[in-house]
Amino acid sequence: MVWKKHDYDDIPGTYVFDGKHAHGAYALNKLLFSFNTEENRSEFDADPAAYCDKFGVTGKYKEAVLNKDFLGMLRMGANIYFMAKMAIPRGTSVQDAGAQFQGITTKEFQEKLLQKGVGLVEKLEKVGGYWNG
Amino acid sequence: MAKIIGGVTSSHIPAVGNAIANGLTQEPYWKRFFDGYEPAKAWLRDVAKPDIVIVVYNDHGLNFFLDKMPTFALGCADIYHNADEGWGLKPVAPFEGDAQFSWHIAESLVEQEFDICMCQEMLVDHGFVNPIRALFGTHEKWPVKAIPLAVNTVQHPVPTAARCLKLGRALRKAIESYPEDLRVVVLGTGGMSHQLQGERAGLINVEFDIECMEQIAKDPEWMTKFSNAEIMEKAGTEGIETIMWLVMRGAVQPNARLIHKHYHAPISNTGSGVMVLENVL
Repeated sequence: MVWKKHDYDDIPGTYVFDGKHAHGAYALNKLLFSFNTEENRSEFDADPAAYCDKFGVTGKYKEAVLNKDFLGMLRMGANIYFMAKMAIPRGTSVQDAGAQFQGITTKEFQEKLLQKGVGLVEKLEKVGGYWNG
Repeated sequence: MAKIIGGVTSSHIPAVGNAIANGLTQEPYWKRFFDGYEPAKAWLRDVAKPDIVIVVYNDHGLNFFLDKMPTFALGCADIYHNADEGWGLKPVAPFEGDAQFSWHIAESLVEQEFDICMCQEMLVDHGFVNPIRALFGTHEKWPVKAIPLAVNTVQHPVPTAARCLKLGRALRKAIESYPEDLRVVVLGTGGMSHQLQGERAGLINVEFDIECMEQIAKDPEWMTKFSNAEIMEKAGTEGIETIMWLVMRGAVQPNARLIHKHYHAPISNTGSGVMVLENVL
């Protein structure tokens, strides 16, 4: 039994959500998915450890949930969209998480994003035909 | 007979819903992004006047969990509800569908060897809702009927760009063989380049996005030469959503007229593209 290697495995800093992740972190993602419901969110907040036990989230997975170790969860196979359901209501936006993944502040992360838009209008004008107000 | 008036693309990021809900669309950060929607909105309102939109999007863990993950899933119901996604976006009013039309599309697609999953209950998330809000405004009673067509872009393996383009072509045949006089617009949502996860989070590839917009309009086959690994390498893991634009592109005519194109970056964590293609009827 072996997990086949994929071309995307070599993209740096990237954890493609495939069978290997989905299989290994099934219980973890089920717990994260449950946060679609307010009742479940409250139950988790009342006793996170017990909530992990209820979903069979154990060992290193449980530890990562209790520590809100989002990069660790991601590496172990949490899906980013499912993880957002845990992170955002507890004060970690997707941009905060992105900054954490890189070890920088959210402000620095946002500044890096804004840099991508520098010279945009000129680039679009060069190609031609784009709306520009 | 039903006819496809054209296709429109739109980002579907959650922040769009928040910006609309919080009245921020004319704030400096959002203004250029939203103003670029105006020609698309005007085309929909004054020219296309669709009775129904087919919204090609991906579910982000509201309707589909990982226990069952269909590659392509079509809503076949009279009504679709939005719901709590866990992070605070207030659910909007339900959307009226058209079950008879959906079941016709399902039959035609399966005849054409697209063995889609048929859903009689389907919660629609921000991926479906936000493009409609951005293009039609927010309403208690929506001005257009809507049918969800969900593509798995979340759990790999996800379909190839080529497969999405072929699905679009099959969708065109399906729509155009429906006996009722319906005006249909297909919305291709998601993208463009972005990566939310890992140390590579924050990736936006403006050059690749612009190339995608140019080529998808003129020569969508161009996109099919890339593997999904190559698309993710260039556009980020979540940028793979852009393959859903090809479903829209396949559904409109190869020589459809480009009415409008708008690109903006960054918006939230993404590059965002709006494109309006009109069929020559």
